[in-house]
Amino acid sequence: MNLFNFQPGHEGYYGEYGGAYIPEILWSTIEELKTALKNAKADPDFWQEYISLMQSYSCRPTPISYLENLSRELGGAQLYVKREDLNHTGSHKANNVMGQGLLTKRLGKTRVIAETGAGQHGVATATMAARFGFECVIYMGTEDVARQRPNVFWMEQLGATVVPVTDGSQTLKDAINEAMRDWVTNYPTTHYVLGTACGTHPFPEMVAWFQSLIGTEAREQMLSQYGSMPDKVFACVGGGSNALGLFQGFLDDESVELVGVEAGGKGLDSGAHATRLTSREGSVGVAQGYKTYFLQNNDGQMLHTHSISAGLDYIGVSPILSHLKQTGRIRFEAATDNEVIEALKLVMKKEGLIPALESAHAFARAIQEAPALPKHTKLLINQSGRGDKDIFTVADAIRDENWEHFIQGKAKDYESRNIYS
Amino acid sequence: MNLETYIRNRLKQKPIGTMTHVIAGYPSFDDNLTALRLMKKYNVDLVEIQMPFSEPTADGPVFVKANQEALKNGITVDHYFDFMKQASQEFDFPILMMGYYNTALKLGHKNFIQRLKNAGGAGFILPDLPLEEQNGLFDTAASNELSPILLVAPTTPDERLNAIGKAANGFVYVVARSGVTGDHTAFNKQFETYIQRCRNAIKLPLAVGFGVSQKKDIEYLTGKADIAIIGTALLRAWEYGKAEALEEFLDGLLGNG
Repeated sequence: MNLFNFQPGHEGYYGEYGGAYIPEILWSTIEELKTALKNAKADPDFWQEYISLMQSYSCRPTPISYLENLSRELGGAQLYVKREDLNHTGSHKANNVMGQGLLTKRLGKTRVIAETGAGQHGVATATMAARFGFECVIYMGTEDVARQRPNVFWMEQLGATVVPVTDGSQTLKDAINEAMRDWVTNYPTTHYVLGTACGTHPFPEMVAWFQSLIGTEAREQMLSQYGSMPDKVFACVGGGSNALGLFQGFLDDESVELVGVEAGGKGLDSGAHATRLTSREGSVGVAQGYKTYFLQNNDGQMLHTHSISAGLDYIGVSPILSHLKQTGRIRFEAATDNEVIEALKLVMKKEGLIPALESAHAFARAIQEAPALPKHTKLLINQSGRGDKDIFTVADAIRDENWEHFIQGKAKDYESRNIYS
Repeated sequence: MNLETYIRNRLKQKPIGTMTHVIAGYPSFDDNLTALRLMKKYNVDLVEIQMPFSEPTADGPVFVKANQEALKNGITVDHYFDFMKQASQEFDFPILMMGYYNTALKLGHKNFIQRLKNAGGAGFILPDLPLEEQNGLFDTAASNELSPILLVAPTTPDERLNAIGKAANGFVYVVARSGVTGDHTAFNKQFETYIQRCRNAIKLPLAVGFGVSQKKDIEYLTGKADIAIIGTALLRAWEYGKAEALEEFLDGLLGNG
């Protein structure tokens, strides 16, 4: 299946989703980016340079781990995990930013901007900018700045400027709007490093392309190391880049079922979730440059989203995923905040893995389905990131008193300035 | 009378026309009406009424805040068209819907055009809907005698200016510079080359917006453009001192004194 073989007059469309709903000022910049992407795709040296960079800088290929203990515990299918958490900066975001970094060099631009929610994409972009020598500005909602201070700290140490965004809900979507406003002003020098397979064409294609190495590696690893293809593949879906990265390896293998897991938040009927494709509130709209399923009201105003994982807390979803839902190639499910915390606890105790809260959504669904499946069934889960970053959120969710005491003690130290003595 | 003919007739009486702007429901519909009455008093030629949107990507901070506040006030599409109807009954200047494409998409093209027509609108400006994505909306508009107003930018190449000029109706919105609404524009030689490129490629009247905020900007544009578009500066004046400040500002901008 070639997703990117666009029909004449439908460039950038996946079925009825995608497109380029951009202000006229960006038209020529988008044309320039489309040409650069096309040339890069046609140039085998570019992909080789990318792979070499990821091997020497970001631990690729990442391994697939077999979860023997957890599989035995669940008593059904066998669980395997693609370890994107082992990337530099701790998530699959590294793949996309390093690829876009190489492209930025080709474009001859010297400044990069990015949006970030949880801060993972911001930190990844800041490392890339430091390594390539680009000026770097990261837009981040004020609310996210407040709840993700450790990532803000690292971005600033890496040399990036973090700009808090005070508009709207002060979260990821507002950071994207502000990054777009920067881009329409500074496009001659600046490349916008969008963090996921959303936004105007050619971003969904470009991000999906850079992430496709996850699936290419995984398919080969399952066959050579574990003797057969997986029966089902699970990935969490925020914007959709880690899911598309892994799924692309198996799109043509019809025996492999692909399962995308959205953030069910406090439940699909709670009004506090981020499920664009599995809830009633999701409908087709155009915002932030592209057409897809958005969480919006009847007037087309975007709704507030909620998830325990900041990385899945977003109004839209990749147009490529909307299309693959419509064709039936991908099944979409949701996991609630509570299910996610339970899955995380189980995976930590049984396997010593610490998945990011985002990735724990994929684990939660696989864990739910595994017991009823025959023992020879293989489930492959994408651990898109590591959970260290979630220490504050997880400690709160499980109400760890010792952690609370530690933070209170730390605060007292700061108040009395003991910390620096 | 079609929009282009209206503009050409107005331009027989003055060297340059003006288009002004309000955001529906911000600070309130009553305030909008007061502002529109002042605009009428100063003889503006066209008015944009903006439908607030939750993701106003093309707008600068002043309008972003206004969009947000209007939505917080509970402004819906129904309120919007009711207000436009009221305004088009009271005023004789043509009124254009300004907003984002999602409003039209969610209503459905036919329904959007029908409601705009019933409300007395003359056309629409959707800055996030480029020519390639309009998907039949312009034909639906044309069969209802509504004008799609398209935007061009300094980065638009000549052949594309041409294509946009052909697809648009009424006039073409010439974005004066890069960036979002509300920042100052340095009108210079570069701008002159750009507006000349627009003139060569486009037969419709040209309206220049983004960063037009002072009398000297309008004087500069006279003879180069057909219409000066003033947006953010008006809202700034209102926020500074409500109707009184707006009137003072309009007087300085468009008054005879």
